[in-house]
Amino acid sequence: MTDLFDKHRTISERHERMLSLGANAVGLTNDRILSPTRAIIEGRETVLAGTNNYMGITFDPDCIAAGQEALDLYGTGTTGSRIANGSYAQHRELELELAQFLNRKHCIMFTTGYQANLGMLAGLAGPKDTIYLDADSHSSIYDGCTLSGAKLVRFRHNDASDLDKRLARSEDEGGRLVVVEGIYSMLGDRAPLADFVEVKKKHGFQLLVDEAHSFGVLGPNGRGLADEAGLEDDVDFVVGTFSKSIGAIGGFGAGNHPQFNMLRYASRPYMFTASPSPATVATSLAAIRKLKAEPQRRNRLRVNSTRLFDGFKSLGLALGCDSVSPIVAVNCPDEVSTIAMWNALLKAGVYVNIALPPGTPGKQCLLRCSVSAAHTFEDIDRIVSLFGEVVAQGHYRKAV
Amino acid sequence: MSASEDTFSTLCQLLEPFNTAKIGLKPETDISADLNIDSVSVMDFVMEVEDHFNIDIPLNVLSETRSIADLVKVVEGRLAKV
Ligand SMILES: Cc1ncc(COP(=O)(O)O)c(C=O)c1O
Repeated sequence: MTDLFDKHRTISERHERMLSLGANAVGLTNDRILSPTRAIIEGRETVLAGTNNYMGITFDPDCIAAGQEALDLYGTGTTGSRIANGSYAQHRELELELAQFLNRKHCIMFTTGYQANLGMLAGLAGPKDTIYLDADSHSSIYDGCTLSGAKLVRFRHNDASDLDKRLARSEDEGGRLVVVEGIYSMLGDRAPLADFVEVKKKHGFQLLVDEAHSFGVLGPNGRGLADEAGLEDDVDFVVGTFSKSIGAIGGFGAGNHPQFNMLRYASRPYMFTASPSPATVATSLAAIRKLKAEPQRRNRLRVNSTRLFDGFKSLGLALGCDSVSPIVAVNCPDEVSTIAMWNALLKAGVYVNIALPPGTPGKQCLLRCSVSAAHTFEDIDRIVSLFGEVVAQGHYRKAV
Repeated sequence: MSASEDTFSTLCQLLEPFNTAKIGLKPETDISADLNIDSVSVMDFVMEVEDHFNIDIPLNVLSETRSIADLVKVVEGRLAKV
């Protein structure tokens, strides 16, 4: 009999190797969370710099109160999908307000951001269609593409001329959907949206932007990259998550297509999973209202991100990209030095994400920081100085 | 050399940068398992193949393409269509 776990042997060997080098970089426990930027990890108070908690909103008193009230009024869970059990009034209220915030006619809430990509991609594209996806797309996009059964064509990361070439040589019969991300989660770089829109005008396709890391973060209205670039009319569908700037859990898809709501009856990841719980909907809605009412959070995030970016630059670190975003990734020489640096940083009291191949573009080994509006300047300066100390300990040499 | 031998040797050249262990390449070599290449690198390699021959090889085809010989068939099938 073949043990089903045999195929995972290389993963488990790698995991053992990582554990032998120090703490569990991919299975760490936060014993207590003190605030959006502080936790107790291994008995130490630690600055959190790898949470995606961009707005620092997870402990906002109004969001917490809204969640508590929803628990009291509607109970702990919805115990089924909206197709089977019906919607709660709050689901509708959230979708309406979010559609307004996004300046889109329609919006559908999903139970997670991952499911939002699954639901939108598999709902929009079918076996006769073709999806063109950026090579560095998030796994939820790859999985949504697979679920759709569409023909899948991968184009080089952020390369509109490569997409142009692939569209030109294709013989697609059905619809064509192009998928890009607002800010890419590993390196923090933005999609060159204007270039993609040019290609769209030339070839004709529908365009979906996953604004997971840019919703609430970019643009004069906080709607994401398309808002920042002034190209919202050229983007047909937006996807986003509540797990980052909203500080909750859940996801959404939005658009202006008159048939948009048909996705509720055609998208399996919407139909066959329980709808988001009342407390989750309530905290998400409260957070959306905060994003709208408090644009200073976005400004603060930008200032903090620039401070971290400049701090790392002054240390001579190789960064994931040249533009400032709340994701600041440090490119390390190899796996062993990355793990050593990560451990040294954790011991010194700062938590960042570790990202290793094959989960990273171009096989890079990254220490990925994400900045929060709730970080103080002292926090940012401490992160920079701790990176400086770890570099001085000789764990890092500039990756070439 | 036959056309498919030609294609095979071109694929071997394109595969060389990914073949870090410098394993001898045969038609039956499994691109992922034998060369110990992760799934992302396989996709990157296929992109090189697409560009070299100016063809599209949709990702869907890859789940059934294991060996270099399988890929030779895919490439020739696509070239025949162009
Ligand atoms: C680009 C991108 N899309 C989608 C997701 C999925 O979101 P969630 O974690 O909220 O399910 C993430 C984050 O994990 C992401 O980085």
